[in-house]
Amino acid sequence: MSILKEDLRYAESHEWVKIEGDIATVGITDYAQHALGDIVYVDMPEVGDEVTAGEEFGAVESVKAASDLISPVSGEVVEINEDLEDAPEKINADAYGAWIMKVKVADAGEVDALLDAAAYAKLCENE
Amino acid sequence: MKEYDKIIFELSRPGRKGYQLPADRFGSDAFSKLPADLLREKPAELPEVSELEVVRHYTNLSNKNFGVDTGFYPLGSCTMKYNPKINEEVAAMPEFAGLHPLQDPATAQGALELYWNLQNALASLAGLAEFTLNPYAGAHGELTGLMVMRQYHISRGDTKRTKVIVPDTAHGTNPASAMVAGLEVVEVKSKPNGSIDVEDLKPLLDDSVAGIMMTNPNTLGMFETEILEIAKLVHEAGGLLYYDGANLNPLLGKVRPGDMGFDIMHINLHKTFSTPHGGGGPGSGPVGVASHLTHLLPNPRVVKKEDGTFAVETSDDALGSISTFFGNFGVMMKAYAYILSLGRDGIREVGPMATLNANYIKESLRDLYKLPVEGPCKHEFVFDGLADKSTGVTTLNVAKRLLDFGFHAPTIYFPLLFHESMMIEPTETESRETLDEFIDVMRRVAREAAEDPDTVKAAPLTTPISHPDETGAAKNPILTYKALRDA
Repeated sequence: MSILKEDLRYAESHEWVKIEGDIATVGITDYAQHALGDIVYVDMPEVGDEVTAGEEFGAVESVKAASDLISPVSGEVVEINEDLEDAPEKINADAYGAWIMKVKVADAGEVDALLDAAAYAKLCENE
Repeated sequence: MKEYDKIIFELSRPGRKGYQLPADRFGSDAFSKLPADLLREKPAELPEVSELEVVRHYTNLSNKNFGVDTGFYPLGSCTMKYNPKINEEVAAMPEFAGLHPLQDPATAQGALELYWNLQNALASLAGLAEFTLNPYAGAHGELTGLMVMRQYHISRGDTKRTKVIVPDTAHGTNPASAMVAGLEVVEVKSKPNGSIDVEDLKPLLDDSVAGIMMTNPNTLGMFETEILEIAKLVHEAGGLLYYDGANLNPLLGKVRPGDMGFDIMHINLHKTFSTPHGGGGPGSGPVGVASHLTHLLPNPRVVKKEDGTFAVETSDDALGSISTFFGNFGVMMKAYAYILSLGRDGIREVGPMATLNANYIKESLRDLYKLPVEGPCKHEFVFDGLADKSTGVTTLNVAKRLLDFGFHAPTIYFPLLFHESMMIEPTETESRETLDEFIDVMRRVAREAAEDPDTVKAAPLTTPISHPDETGAAKNPILTYKALRDA
């Protein structure tokens, strides 16, 4: 069974979001890392890039598959997790600790539309 | 048997050699005539070995191969059918193998006739007007076909059409080829049975669409029953239909892409037409088009003149050359030999036998493996892992356990529609006995997964290499002897 965190919001495309003020921290869920298997590369955006909710902001590659990363929020990328450049496997070890990017959120309403932990758990059950 | 794992450089000893050159009778001094900047400063580092060492080395390496000639190879989406040996005999005929591509066409009439006959045979099997045999492989054929599609719109002054619609279950080469051709990829969703969702397709069809790329049967091995409706919609929107020939095998001689409404297609001779596939290849990816597109096919073309002779032509309307000369000619000879060996009636048996074999395996295993899509499949089908996943045995474990029983693994973790995909394609060339043996082993592995899961998870137990470090190999690849020596 994959790990869930009550204080996070989730996208149907298996990204998680943590909101602190107007900054959204984004990563992929434990369910997603488990489905992908050993991750070997994370293609991240650059600081200053604009990302749009529902659109691709990067990709993650495992020994099994390559998968697009879909941004759950819109806004400007203010920080990326540079640790992942050399150690992408950190996502497998701790999906909620190994965040991928931080975004200055343009529209807080988008966050409200995301799933809570219970709704996301249900989604994973049905996949 | 002792595992052989040497690299030829490791056998090298200074001064050892396996050849004797005669004395130079001509006194030529070629090296002194080369510009200084083209000359090596240090001698090349080449292995120095005896003839016997070379023979043993490559014989031992060849024994490590697993191929259709050694065992059952049910690799889904790859059509690993038997490569008849008569193909090799024909392709090695010195009358053809000794030709030079620059020699006068008047002295190569037989080769040009073969090209002409093969392209006609493919056109008649595909229901299209003409084929070019020049592309080197499947993905190269896709690129060529998409260049034809793009050029068709541009030549009509319709420059807005930059989008190619690709199903979300498509083979990865489809979106990749579209990108390389300078087109934009738009994904269309599939229904749970893997068919294109016509309702999802409709809103995508506007005047920016260049065309759609499809396989039929689709990636789950199911026939796209709404193909005529899809063709009508795409054509009404001004787009073209591209048929990826990856899954042509079950339809061969029975159903023609041209009759379904496709305008452009490629064929993988190394799948459907029994030429070698994989590392050995090489491949060949002929591209066929409907009559309104033939003028765009790449240069050069082979034409038959009124007096019955054959000539090589180039045209300014064509989209240019996409290969040197005529592509992989030896592969064409093998495919032509295959078509003539089977004949008109034999070729119609290919699809039904491939379909029967796939359905026989599917129905014999569906109680132990999860079958996500019901109904008769075509040449291949997909299981979503074991029916009982409670012991934690994955598709990867099952695939590795099959190696212990001498079978090649099926395609795994593709398509991405399911988490534990296992894609099985037996082809028409396997006997009932081989299929039964495979079914028995698959059933045994499913039983082991329930009763002794640790054995399956530890598999393969009998291969020289059991669990390579895939993550390490992807992150820190060591690709040359020097890198290995210095590591």
